[in-house]
Amino acid sequence: MAHDAAHHEGSTKRIWSVFLILSILTIVEVILGILRLDVLVFTEIVSMSLQNWIFIILTIYKAYYITWAFMHMEHESAGLRRTVVWTGVFLICYLITILLVEGGYIHDVYVNGYMTWDF
Amino acid sequence: MDSTAVAQTGTEGKNWGGGNQPLKASYGKLMMWFFITSDALTFSGFLAAYGFTRFKFIEEWPIADEVFNHFPFLHGVDAPMYYVALMTFILIFSSVTMVLAVDAGHQMNKSKVTFYMALTILGGAIFLGSQAWEWKNFIQGEYGAVETKSGKILQFVDNDGKRVAIQDFAPRHESYRQQHTGDKGAWYVSESNLPEYHIDDVKEAFKSNDNLLVRTMQLNEEKEKTILSREESMKYLEERGVDLIFGANLSKNEYGAPLFGGFFFFITGFHGFHVFSGVVLLIITFFNVLIGTYEKRGHYEMVEKVGLYWHFVDLVWVFVFTFFYLV
Repeated sequence: MAHDAAHHEGSTKRIWSVFLILSILTIVEVILGILRLDVLVFTEIVSMSLQNWIFIILTIYKAYYITWAFMHMEHESAGLRRTVVWTGVFLICYLITILLVEGGYIHDVYVNGYMTWDF
Repeated sequence: MDSTAVAQTGTEGKNWGGGNQPLKASYGKLMMWFFITSDALTFSGFLAAYGFTRFKFIEEWPIADEVFNHFPFLHGVDAPMYYVALMTFILIFSSVTMVLAVDAGHQMNKSKVTFYMALTILGGAIFLGSQAWEWKNFIQGEYGAVETKSGKILQFVDNDGKRVAIQDFAPRHESYRQQHTGDKGAWYVSESNLPEYHIDDVKEAFKSNDNLLVRTMQLNEEKEKTILSREESMKYLEERGVDLIFGANLSKNEYGAPLFGGFFFFITGFHGFHVFSGVVLLIITFFNVLIGTYEKRGHYEMVEKVGLYWHFVDLVWVFVFTFFYLV
């Protein structure tokens, strides 16, 4: 029983600390989004601005905390964890790569293949 | 007896040897996880399609900060992002109360589960209300825009580059006829409201108003919308303008690319539908907690399963927030 109480205290503490992390990350995102610093907006890394990279990485970091701490993924067995996470991650990476490359290609066709689309 | 013997592999005691539960999760929880995985792929499909369309029109996509800049009670104040940030907080906080309810369930503490689940339901309801308000602003629009022959959008700004609403400089349209309603003509025929403004009046008003300029959809090197010179503005409006657009619907919107509106309605709508079904599930579970169903059952696993779904809804919102409002 004493052990249970200690475990419980730890898990409540973890919930609040994760909430704090998620809040801070969201506030950072909003501040960056409002400031739109030139350094971040106009620095291109792999055909995307540094600003957008920061947003996406912070988002994935938040997603990690929500899944691991709130959905208790950290306490599940490795098999369940891999079944859910690897499936999602691989398929989503594939989907995004294909669709974004294709979207960029169609953009090029619109721009280079026709006199104008704006008349 | 030999014919029914099963080959022994020597792995019976191992995780994947058969005869045990290698994933160490109950049937219900496992199925919830598989549902979440497939639903995550559905949402990824939507968001990837949004990315596809955006890359297709990368040079003319609307700027989110200009579209979503309303805040309750701050009328006319440019407040980009604060409102969605608030919505994000509400949803994250409802996730926290949900996980606290699950935690209380592990300790079989009925009153605590009840309290935290009530808070979660409240959070979900506030979020849904906020989303309705957001939709209202989006549908209503603020400045109006001119539609061109090719289906592009022209917006109006003053000499300082500040947006000007069509309602502020164009006269109301004096129609030669009145609206046809059932009581004024054939009772079985009626029509929707007559348009209050007309493209010809807008063109006239624009000519006589020297400090107005036209802004196109095209993004320039500063990643801002291109503002044309006065002469060019006149030419563009005169030659290309064919109609007016106020607000947004599924086929047109005053913010820019027509598909922007479609994706907004579809993705936030589908997410909102998830929040709504989450709230319904929470309410059902809440009453089951109240009447002591789980107390009798000896465990609160149902709260845990609904909790998984609720956190997933929060997870999706984190991505929608990033890709619709930030990036």
